[in-house]
Amino acid sequence: MGALMLDGNAAAGVLQEIFAVEMTTAVGTCDSCGAAGEVGRVQLYRGAGLILRCPSCEAVLMKIVTSGTRAWVDLRGLRTLQLNA
Amino acid sequence: MPPIISRGFTGRRRDAPPDRVPPGQYVTDDFPVLSAGPTPHTPLDQWDFTITGEVDALHRWSWEELRALPSESVTVDIHCVTKWSKLDTAWEGVSVDTLLEGIETSAEYAVAFCDGGYTTNLPLEDLTGGKAWIAFAFDDEPLEPEHGGPARLLVPHLYFWKSAKWVRGLRLAANNEPGFWESNGYHLYGDPWQEQRYWGD
Amino acid sequence: MAGTAVLGRLNWRVADVVEVRPETSRTKTIAFDVPDWPGHQAGQHVDVRLTAEDGYQAERSYSIASASDASTLELTVERLDDGEVSPYLTEELRPGDAIELRGPVGGYFVWDSSAAGNVFLVAGGSGVVPLMAMARQRNAEGSGIPTRLLYSARALEDVIYRDELAQLTQEDGFDVVYTLTRAQPSGWQGYDRRVDRDLLAEVAPAPPELAVSFVCGPTPFVEAVAGALVELGHEPMRIKTERFGPTGG
Repeated sequence: MGALMLDGNAAAGVLQEIFAVEMTTAVGTCDSCGAAGEVGRVQLYRGAGLILRCPSCEAVLMKIVTSGTRAWVDLRGLRTLQLNA
Repeated sequence: MPPIISRGFTGRRRDAPPDRVPPGQYVTDDFPVLSAGPTPHTPLDQWDFTITGEVDALHRWSWEELRALPSESVTVDIHCVTKWSKLDTAWEGVSVDTLLEGIETSAEYAVAFCDGGYTTNLPLEDLTGGKAWIAFAFDDEPLEPEHGGPARLLVPHLYFWKSAKWVRGLRLAANNEPGFWESNGYHLYGDPWQEQRYWGD
Repeated sequence: MAGTAVLGRLNWRVADVVEVRPETSRTKTIAFDVPDWPGHQAGQHVDVRLTAEDGYQAERSYSIASASDASTLELTVERLDDGEVSPYLTEELRPGDAIELRGPVGGYFVWDSSAAGNVFLVAGGSGVVPLMAMARQRNAEGSGIPTRLLYSARALEDVIYRDELAQLTQEDGFDVVYTLTRAQPSGWQGYDRRVDRDLLAEVAPAPPELAVSFVCGPTPFVEAVAGALVELGHEPMRIKTERFGPTGG
């Protein structure tokens, strides 16, 4: 149901905790369809971990699992990430 | 720095007999909906369940064929790795033993695959011997899409991420191939009683 | 680790409750004193963490309601009947209590003081909170950016910050359009239905004049509004959204 979906902005805290920089304004390019956009506007789902999906094609861009002492990030769905200075 | 306690905060939890609650879990009466992606809506006339991989031939059931198989009603406790547990949940489904009956395989593992692309891996041993079902009803009602309907895998003795929603089949394999979450931090096996949440636990 | 770098790993910090004050029958504003608060931009949020005595934890995100120059950090929380955190924050929490928060976070959904053109803010229910922070920020800066807030609420009693919004409309270039979807006071001349394409066509700036639009509220509201704005010819990249989920907290 669409109601479950948030946007990347809701993951701002987790992302900044892991990457140590503001991530919601970073521009990601989807490896599946090539669409590009700010991380803040991608689709966010909460499963056992966080899943960020492309708003154009719904492919998985990023998976994040945190344990308190470790974090795992799967970035395979992103062709590239542009971080702004 | 240990987290500070917020006076008077308890959350919405239930007491339960300790022998029913695995370590680190809290019992809830809710049924939280967690999802890795949008809810699929495969029409039943296009739905099928297949057993594939290390088998002599592909085995396939349509929805009608699945529902024609003998099914069981089971009441089980379920434990999510995000720390909530729900006790005495009532399901109806076809035992995986029924589906595997007569199928010869040398495989020791299986990967459950689903609409939407989710996968999870388990030893075949954990899917057989009355431990797993393809569940199509919850609480006497057809399983709702947001909870995995029309059918989900139900493997209550492992963390609930293994009970794959929107399951469409099992691929039997010689190796234990990490699935969607197992390849990104979650434990390959996932026994809640040994608190096997993450890699290396 | 002493201090934090400007761009640093986030830590959970302790926030002490200074004041809890009602806004509407279902919402309260909580003012916090946060030692070493680094400042924030209007539109950002914090993650709140509560820990029970037995170690049970719950986390939720809340938009910051206060402008960046305010002396205390304020959150406005709506009590959800079946919520786990919001009933605690709105009914149990009192001055002297402490919670943990992480932030401020979210650089994407923030007030842009350099916007060239009109700014259109669209609030669904408690989605008004980050937009109010923006309106307060705009006011604090003495900014003349033409800004309109379209605020959808169930009834007048559910409108948060009503008096303050009325005051802000005295300032040049800021106005508020309400739509009350469930109940209207007698003599109500304003909109009385859910935000739809026709309503937006009448209320939103024309596409060439829009610098940026911020839409915030429950996910279905945000989807409907953003979709309608695109249908009306607005560029998707100029529409920024913050979805609160089905219920928001």
